[in-house]
Amino acid sequence: MTAVALPRSDNDRRPPLGGFNLTFLGLEIRRVLRNRRTLFFILIMPAVFFLLFGLPNKGQNISDTGASAVAYIMISLAVYGAMTATTAGGGAVAVERAQGWSRQLRLTPLRPAAYVATKVVSAMSLSLCSVVVEFIVGAFGGVRMPAHVWLLAGLGAWIGSLVFAALGLFVGYLAPAENVMQFMGPILALLALFGGLFVPLEVLPHVMQTIAKFTPVYGVGSIARSPLTHSGFTVSSVANVLIWTAGLGIGAALLYRRDTARV
Amino acid sequence: MLAASEITGTRTPAVLLRGLTKKFGTVTAVNGLDLRIEPGEVVAFLGPNGAGKTTTIDMMLGLARPTEGSVQVYGHTPAEAIARGRIAAVMQTGGLLKDVSVAEMVQMTASFFGRTRPVAEVLERAGIADIADRRVAKCSGGQQQRLRFALALLPDPDLMVLDEPTTGMDVEGRRDFWSAIRADAQAGRTILFATHYLEEADAYADRIVLIRKGQVVADGTASEVKALAAGRQVRATLPDADQVRLAALPGVDRAEVRGDTVLLHTNDSDVVARYLLTQTPARDLEITSRNLEDAFLALTSGEDQITQEGTVR
Repeated sequence: MTAVALPRSDNDRRPPLGGFNLTFLGLEIRRVLRNRRTLFFILIMPAVFFLLFGLPNKGQNISDTGASAVAYIMISLAVYGAMTATTAGGGAVAVERAQGWSRQLRLTPLRPAAYVATKVVSAMSLSLCSVVVEFIVGAFGGVRMPAHVWLLAGLGAWIGSLVFAALGLFVGYLAPAENVMQFMGPILALLALFGGLFVPLEVLPHVMQTIAKFTPVYGVGSIARSPLTHSGFTVSSVANVLIWTAGLGIGAALLYRRDTARV
Repeated sequence: MLAASEITGTRTPAVLLRGLTKKFGTVTAVNGLDLRIEPGEVVAFLGPNGAGKTTTIDMMLGLARPTEGSVQVYGHTPAEAIARGRIAAVMQTGGLLKDVSVAEMVQMTASFFGRTRPVAEVLERAGIADIADRRVAKCSGGQQQRLRFALALLPDPDLMVLDEPTTGMDVEGRRDFWSAIRADAQAGRTILFATHYLEEADAYADRIVLIRKGQVVADGTASEVKALAAGRQVRATLPDADQVRLAALPGVDRAEVRGDTVLLHTNDSDVVARYLLTQTPARDLEITSRNLEDAFLALTSGEDQITQEGTVR
């Protein structure tokens, strides 16, 4: 037995910022960009929807506001892409819990909060890509808006997608599952319908319109389109976004605490 | 066992478990386990499935909280020991991202520590530098295990814990893996590995801790543990045997005579065989050995009557 232990320093190996770092973030973003399936749903599909359902409305206006229908559809689909991106990004936690990765992380000094923050930032980077790609496709498709409308609508779609990062984390901490996006996909499509992303809410039955105002996509959709429609940036839409973000965020935080405290 | 603790009593032990107990509902997985491991020891944690090895390791790593008792790793709590890079572990399964390359996996893990060994160095030491660009999903079980080992090398831990590290590996993979570990142990690292492969415990550990039903049932060097139930049995047909004479042969600790058959339990079967064949009319001679496996079975699968009398301590 060679018991002559070398004199070793007992230095702390804790990283700064709880382990939040650019190497980790860069690799996380690269991982998402490698996932062809995710890319299809957040970049290709909204663009294809725009070409199929947006372009045929070229030259038409939304009845009551007089806003360009094709621009309206483009912004709505940008919101859809962004929300899918952040849900997938947050929901990745479920996959990583199922694969034992979150357990492995507990063998490192990485703080769980830094892990969650990295997930949120990478999800938001991806949703930014989604918005930018949709807007580029829109611009090539002939959407014309004042510069500040492009900017504000883009920011609205992008920042609003934070709600769905919280939703993704909430679902991710609810159950460890490899196939989380397979059941989230249809749910997101339904939420998008209630949020008026696929068709203007006005064409839905009155009861559905009332219900829709309480679903989480409604607020984000209205706010993102408000620079174009000059309406929708209302107390109820802002409250909708804030309440859903807070509710899902707190729910995710509680589940996360249960998960990290699990023994 | 060697009273290492008496020689080095002033040193902080690498691992100190006191009265460690873990209950899952009504099931007691670990039952008042006491264990002290000195720095530099290579210890095998040997026991059948369900003996409580993994639960004990989980508590050592802070992945599970003890119901009772305490864990100290170099005098720290498990979480503190991890933060200080004093303990690292190679888990049995899982814990790897499938969609990154081997090198990316190591880079990412390195980024979680304030300071680590260089990525290229740990890849080299774990013997996976040649597959650095391979996707983790495409690596064999043995390669994934060496990747886990590379990750564990990053903080340059004083104590490396391996939970059944060679499960599912082929013979060659197992040999390669152990040669990497052995090279590492020679540098003075403390190693604790759980296994249910007896030959691994025998070949690679300085000390074997046998565990059954969440308790230590034997603790000593491989040869000490073997000796618990070791020795050989010599059996022969020998009419009118002189039992007293046989029992007095060197190395014989038990002699039985059953009719024309003699059964001698000895630690030197050569002497007994030579005597029987040359000095007596014995015939049909048979020598059977009890190996570590028998010791293992006797100590771990026996019912509750095997208690502390079976231990070396």
